Amino acid sequence: MNQFNNILETITMIEKEKLDIRTITMGISLLDCCDANGEKSRKKIYDKITKYAENLVKVGENIETKYGIPIINKRISVTPISLIAQASSDKNYVEFAKTLDKAAKAVGVNFIGGFSALVQKGYSKGDKILIDSIPNALAETERVCSSINVGDTRSGINMDAVRDMGKIIKETAYLTREKDSIGCAKLVVFANAVEDNPFMAGAFHGVGEAECIINVGVSGPGVVKSALEKVKGESFDVVSETIKRTAFKITRAGQLVAREASKMLGVPFGILDLSLAPTPAVGDSVARILEEMGIESCGGHGTTAALALLNDAVKKGGIMASSHVGGLSGAFIPVSEDEGMINAVKKGSLNLEKLEAMTCVCSVGLDMIAIPGDTPASTISAIIADEAAIGVINKKTTAVRVIPVYGKKLGDEVEFGGLLGRAPIMAVSKFSSEDFVNRGGRIPAPVHSFKN
Amino acid sequence: MKAVITVIGKDKIGIIAGITSVLAKNKVNILDISQTILQDYFTMIMIVDLEKMTVGLNELKNHLNDIGEKIGLSIKIQHEDIFNAMHKI
Repeated sequence: MNQFNNILETITMIEKEKLDIRTITMGISLLDCCDANGEKSRKKIYDKITKYAENLVKVGENIETKYGIPIINKRISVTPISLIAQASSDKNYVEFAKTLDKAAKAVGVNFIGGFSALVQKGYSKGDKILIDSIPNALAETERVCSSINVGDTRSGINMDAVRDMGKIIKETAYLTREKDSIGCAKLVVFANAVEDNPFMAGAFHGVGEAECIINVGVSGPGVVKSALEKVKGESFDVVSETIKRTAFKITRAGQLVAREASKMLGVPFGILDLSLAPTPAVGDSVARILEEMGIESCGGHGTTAALALLNDAVKKGGIMASSHVGGLSGAFIPVSEDEGMINAVKKGSLNLEKLEAMTCVCSVGLDMIAIPGDTPASTISAIIADEAAIGVINKKTTAVRVIPVYGKKLGDEVEFGGLLGRAPIMAVSKFSSEDFVNRGGRIPAPVHSFKN
Repeated sequence: MKAVITVIGKDKIGIIAGITSVLAKNKVNILDISQTILQDYFTMIMIVDLEKMTVGLNELKNHLNDIGEKIGLSIKIQHEDIFNAMHKI
């Protein structure tokens, strides 16, 4: 009878509570694709990706059939392109992005991450070219994702990069204005970026990683919410324990899929990322979990504590369930992708300031937030600086993915479609940060980085 | 390989007959069946052995789907490992 109930529990999780494997991401090193000739380098990149990832989508679908669990996305992450492209004499890397896009389409993945540069301490020649190429690269491709690491606990914050990224985000928004500035949804500015993250838009294949690996991201906010519905009014001890148990089960499903994918593709298993990643579908929301804990509407006082408990309990439950946990592992709070968050913003309970506080205790940062199209670049840079400071000082990953939607203002709403969802435009401070951002230079590494 | 077939839906005559005939035709051996009625809902779980199966898993799945649609039930087939992974340490 016990087995009977276990089987039914799994079926309920998949059918009703939207348990799924969010992504199987193949990380591919492109370090051997450098060439003094840009065109040759791009050919090497295309050939390598299409060879290594040839069967990725098919294998994903086979696993889906075998275990009856949906695998939503199959994706690819590659070595930060700035490192590969700068061996060439090219002065613009948009063609590299187009090559990635073409390769992604050829193998059938919906996103490819790694149009990236790591500039936490300064720019190399290629880093600057890559950053300047981002707006056109994102406007002229469909599946390419870009990320820039501007800060690190060991190095401090590169404020020149922070200043530049504000302008780049604005320009990307302008170039993709016909589609509600959607280019910005594919651009993440990180502090303490991780090298094995399977989730987009921030995935890239770090230089310390192996030739080719399989990383898997699991999800399941709906499952956690349902589990908590059964312990209404109980103490936080019970809440935490319930989340841990649920996270364990979710992660085990992910581990099974990861192992199977790795075996079928003949590629080593990298890590499992056990993040609770919401989708705009009802019943798949992180905000609703926080509300289930007793907050009337997400963003009310107590939200940060609730999120801290959730994030920590998810990690604790998941760690034992997988041989290698990595990536970002925790809870995501992307506003446009979470039905409960969208609702909370509309109700007026959730604002940018509260979201900033929440990023101190969740796994990433200010994510998928639509802001007025006329927000100055310096204000966006200052938002990035604040987030990076939270990350650098607290030794955690933080990120900014804001979309200054061209032509939209407070009170408007924007529809990105699909998993990216929809978002009400949120208010930013009307006071200027111009002089602050224009100083440039570096914010030094914090004192607790000196550990040797 | 062993798989788990779950059947959930409104109770009616001929559910087991319909499903087992598909399984027999495709040489799928039934190892265990348990069923119960939960609030009018028929719930059946079968453990089956696919070793001698004459079709691919995808095809069997489609056959079961067809039957499911005909009699108005949800029928799923999944490798047993997913349940073991999630519920056993």
